[in-house]
Amino acid sequence: MSVRVQAEDFDMAHELAGFGGSSAGAIVTFTGIVRDTKAADLQAMEIEHYPAMTQSALEAIEADARRRWSLDDCLIVHRFGRLRPAERIMMVATASAHRADAFAAAEFLMDYLKSRAPFWKKEITRDGEVWVESKAADETALERW
Amino acid sequence: MIDVVYFAWVRERVGLPKEQVETSATTVAGLIEELRAREERYQLAFSDMSAIRVALDQTLVDVDAPLAGAREVAFFPPMTGG
Repeated sequence: MSVRVQAEDFDMAHELAGFGGSSAGAIVTFTGIVRDTKAADLQAMEIEHYPAMTQSALEAIEADARRRWSLDDCLIVHRFGRLRPAERIMMVATASAHRADAFAAAEFLMDYLKSRAPFWKKEITRDGEVWVESKAADETALERW
Repeated sequence: MIDVVYFAWVRERVGLPKEQVETSATTVAGLIEELRAREERYQLAFSDMSAIRVALDQTLVDVDAPLAGAREVAFFPPMTGG
């Protein structure tokens, strides 16, 4: 079980080596990537966070997931700083005896990361800089849990 | 005195990431009113309260939360993690 907030990139294979131990029958992973949404003019994405709060907020979300599902392992890695298109932003991984818990917990983690973890994304394009706005759907996504 | 920190476009509108504020407000909402009365940049930052989120000592709270005992209040837009 771990949560990491870092500027550096991460390596999926390295993160998943030994993940879940010998009891997990299912591992689900999700990776978020910097996506150029507007006709290839995205130069970079700047991710700001609240250093004093980020780690504890992510740990609280992870602990909530572990209370709700039977997980053998759980990992959240989230980057901050300036990222270029196609770079990895973050990942979650969940391990459980069966796939239903692993899938559900991974979706739960993502839904909460979207609107309850103190990160803010700014898109830097040729035309200027724009803060990414939260979507109403991100908030309503929490209601199903 | 309370430490006030700002993030994302709230930080940009206020024009600084952190400051110490002398306040007699008893709630977060009261503190926001004091700030808005100070200068136009605060009015700009807090013009749409539906777009403001608040954390007291790194825990999310509503704007009507009491300030009593809090060391740090943070103001920021809705989060966009993931």
